[in-house]
Amino acid sequence: MEIIKTVDLHKSFGDLHVLVGVNETIHKGEVVSIIGPSGGGKSTFLRCLNLLEKPEQGQIFFNGQDITDKNVNIDIHRQKMGMVFQQFNVFPHLTVAENITLAPKLLKGMSEADANAMAKDLLARVGLLDKYDEMPNNLSGGQKQRLAIVRAMAMEPEVMLFDEPTSALDPEMVGEVLDVIKELVKTGMTCVIVTHEMRFAEEVSDRVLFIADGNILEQGTPAEVFHNPKHPRLQDFLKKVL
Amino acid sequence: MDFSLFLPNMVKLWTKYWHIFLLEGLKNTLILTCISVALGTVLGALVAMAKMSKSKIIRFLISIYIEVIRGTPILLQLYVFYFVLPNVFTFMKLSPFMWVSIALCVNSAAYVSEVIRSGIQAVDKGQAEAARSLGLSEKQTMMKIILPQAVRNILPALGNEFIMMLKETSLASTFFLGDLMTSYQIVKGATMLTLEPMTIIAIIYLCMTFPLSKIVERFEKKMANPNSYRKHKKLNKAK
Repeated sequence: MEIIKTVDLHKSFGDLHVLVGVNETIHKGEVVSIIGPSGGGKSTFLRCLNLLEKPEQGQIFFNGQDITDKNVNIDIHRQKMGMVFQQFNVFPHLTVAENITLAPKLLKGMSEADANAMAKDLLARVGLLDKYDEMPNNLSGGQKQRLAIVRAMAMEPEVMLFDEPTSALDPEMVGEVLDVIKELVKTGMTCVIVTHEMRFAEEVSDRVLFIADGNILEQGTPAEVFHNPKHPRLQDFLKKVL
Repeated sequence: MDFSLFLPNMVKLWTKYWHIFLLEGLKNTLILTCISVALGTVLGALVAMAKMSKSKIIRFLISIYIEVIRGTPILLQLYVFYFVLPNVFTFMKLSPFMWVSIALCVNSAAYVSEVIRSGIQAVDKGQAEAARSLGLSEKQTMMKIILPQAVRNILPALGNEFIMMLKETSLASTFFLGDLMTSYQIVKGATMLTLEPMTIIAIIYLCMTFPLSKIVERFEKKMANPNSYRKHKKLNKAK
């Protein structure tokens, strides 16, 4: 079943044409990794999926609904699309628990008690239960990112978008965050992951997209993309990163 | 100049005229300051919102207002409000004191709006993106995520604005409106002494601004410490 579909997506920043007519369909339960050189458009593509970037041209369908339509209330759809950022973006003025409970309480009308119970449950799953009452500034980068992941999960999204979730982390903290994402993948969550962690992408993905020069130049299973690349740009890219 | 009489004169002046300095001058200075800062803050918040509005026309008009106020001397603005506007808006029967208060408000609002706007815009863009990605509306994002963080940028700067205003109310003495600076003019006229009343009002101004600036300084330090959020939370829980 299709969950996200983009049709002829175009996006420019000034003179820079970042996305040049991207067509892509993501199915329910699928784990899709996006790799490619910096500035190639992979983050922009991901950020278009929940309209953090507004494409100039083209459509994005989420569960069959065209969310680029001006009459669509994007806030409702964003509730079902969790997003994890490179810079974590945890809310520094709220406790760890409040970071998680804010959106469910505000947007779903969840009761304080239910929300707190859910926060405890989620924090336990990522090994942060002892941080329940802490402020985010007392957390390490890896802990902040784990918090950001469960904050997004608290809205029970249908798809999770990861925008280079480990790129801002110290090397020794990358593993703990990737482990959390792997756990999430095991639950059958649909994930779209922009990443520079090639081994991780190979391990968890059902499908890998190679985006460069504003479009998907090659895609396929991890085995196809990593071990039998066809496009010269992808061959060149893999030679540099592997 | 003979300074031997300086201290005795100060004592004499203070015992004879302290009520003019404190009950007249200080009182009016504080009234002017409080009015202009309080209304200026409210007005400034509205102006800041307008400056961030989606409408280009509103943004343009507001930036003209801010540029004019910040680009012209406050004394000139007071002249306009004191001499020109009462003749234009003749139906508004306001006292000169009120006109000057309004002028100070309008002036203060322009500066406060910039303080608020830059405080809001200093909050990391990622915060709004994270909130919006969770499904919060623009308004919810502003109220729950941006403003609580912006306040720590804004409050110390507002304290400084208060101190600035306290000093700038002295310009009201141009129109003899009974503020602290006016009380200097009164006492000078009555006694033919200059240095002594000048020293007295300087001390009174300093007695207000020095503690205030110390408070602002402490506030700034506290706000710069990210863990200060925590104390605030604990207080909430204790309730």
